[in-house]
Amino acid sequence: MMKLLTSLLVGLTILSAPVYAQSGPLRLEIDEGIIEPMPFAVPSFVPDGPSAAQYAQDISRVIVSDLTGTGLFREISSDAFISRVSSFDAPVQFADWKAINAQALVTGAVNVSGKRLTVRFRVWDVFSGQELGNGLQFAGTTDGWRRMAHKVADQVYTRITGEGAYFDSRVAFVSESGPKDQRRKRLAIMDYDGANVQYLTDSAAIVLAPRFSPTGDRLLYTSYETGQPRIYLLDVGRVKRQELPTQEGTMSFSPRFSPDGRSIVYSLTQGGNTDLWKMDLASGQSVRLTNTPAIETAPSYSPDGSRIVFESDRSGTPQLYIMPATGGEATRISFGQGRYGTPVWSPRGDLIAFTKQNKGRFHIGVMRTDGSEERLLTASFLDEGPTWSPNGRVIMFTRETQGASGRSTLYSVDISGRNLRPVRTPDGGSDPSWGPLQN
Amino acid sequence: MKLLSKVAAIGALTLIAACSNNDPSALGGGAGGGGALVPGSPSDPRSPAYFQQTVGDRVLFAVDQSTLSPQAQTILQGQADWLLANPDFVANIEGHADEQGTREYNLALGARRANAAREYLISRGVAGNRLTTVSYGKERPIEICSTEECYSKNRRAVTVLTGSTLG
Repeated sequence: MMKLLTSLLVGLTILSAPVYAQSGPLRLEIDEGIIEPMPFAVPSFVPDGPSAAQYAQDISRVIVSDLTGTGLFREISSDAFISRVSSFDAPVQFADWKAINAQALVTGAVNVSGKRLTVRFRVWDVFSGQELGNGLQFAGTTDGWRRMAHKVADQVYTRITGEGAYFDSRVAFVSESGPKDQRRKRLAIMDYDGANVQYLTDSAAIVLAPRFSPTGDRLLYTSYETGQPRIYLLDVGRVKRQELPTQEGTMSFSPRFSPDGRSIVYSLTQGGNTDLWKMDLASGQSVRLTNTPAIETAPSYSPDGSRIVFESDRSGTPQLYIMPATGGEATRISFGQGRYGTPVWSPRGDLIAFTKQNKGRFHIGVMRTDGSEERLLTASFLDEGPTWSPNGRVIMFTRETQGASGRSTLYSVDISGRNLRPVRTPDGGSDPSWGPLQN
Repeated sequence: MKLLSKVAAIGALTLIAACSNNDPSALGGGAGGGGALVPGSPSDPRSPAYFQQTVGDRVLFAVDQSTLSPQAQTILQGQADWLLANPDFVANIEGHADEQGTREYNLALGARRANAAREYLISRGVAGNRLTTVSYGKERPIEICSTEECYSKNRRAVTVLTGSTLG
């Protein structure tokens, strides 16, 4: 079966034919050119009773939405279907799916028993007539039906592309409403696709830049509720929070967790000067990591915790630097034209996403950790604040439109630069932080 | 308001502010104008409204800069004189940035601006313990267009009288 699982070749390094193979095993390749999305079909999952009917339909739609949302797959409408799948265990009529050019087929069944929901599914390589991986089942409560749909879609995605999963994940962000000069901001959390938005604060104080812990159980964020920007630690499950210790007469902001979740790195401003500090969360003790008259902010750890990438204007303009996680000498990595900020290390460790400002435009870009191979993925009046999907394949960020009616919206883009799309939220959104894949 | 003692009417009439900047975050305001000396009104030289409108509560900065222009220094000198003449007041200096720049960088830049204003006031004799600072980065623009006309007004440090040392 593994021979069918061709890796989704990451476009940065591999150049190959930009289309999926018409014959041979099911495969999906990406390069920097045009991709032909793979046509697939998801006949509505088979409900095993009236109480499962709506769930079966909804779960099927979420699976389709996840897959088409990657830009790598194209749904074949059920209007074109020749076969009807009325039983999960009946043999698949491959000829009927070949005839409508479905490359991949996902079949499934949904069982509801009281509050308990079970989803079974299979993924098929239509042209070889073989099952891709083994049939699986997920069980949970009916309330969690969306998560089960995401888990099925993650399986389909990883089996066909070889990439890590990311649909069953959440995003913390700042929900924004009101005009620019009276913007109301609330901390919020949602599924990666914008569903299930839950608000964690009211809009009484400005809140900024939530950051997920590596396991997704906690959030760091900055709030003005004391009058000064200070860092808060929130237990996501219990919506319980604490103010982290700080020094009188200082501002603290731009926090991020270390990969082990035990400490944070953040900016502390004293006497107008902003440096980087590290705080051990258990003891509340902070140590200074940088000591310059320049602005040092937006720190982010490498996945192994050994290094920190950050932004500093020590050269005269904001640029990106990497230093050991214990502080010490920093190496500049950005040398292109313009100003660089908010670097974020990818979960794979090989790339750094950043905000770039040049000639009055803003971009989200990626570069290798030595600063080479810079590529700009977006351009607009104001794009900023990238965050990585758990598999390092997609970047979410804030886009703000200009003028008096300017509004913030979350967007996502593939690291190839393709598939730029807004993430639908009830109000405006900014400062996304993409959490880990859920268990 | 008990602190705002009556002042001589002489001079007040000539000092009525031409500027009418209504910053709701600042104290004072009140019914200005007319020329009648109303304690606490902009015509009262010891009022926060007078500080805000006549002395000038804000200084502006060039793009990505926190150095004080000669004009800014003149305004801050006036602020220092006022604060020295009205020792019961304390102030919080708010640093702001325009929307060009990332959220984090602008927070730090606003802090630089607020601190530059604070240092200047201290250099003119105002006690440091009367002056706190905060940065709002680009979170609190007063002008919302996306041109230099608005940006130049948003790159500011605003000295907000937060009350009295006597409570």
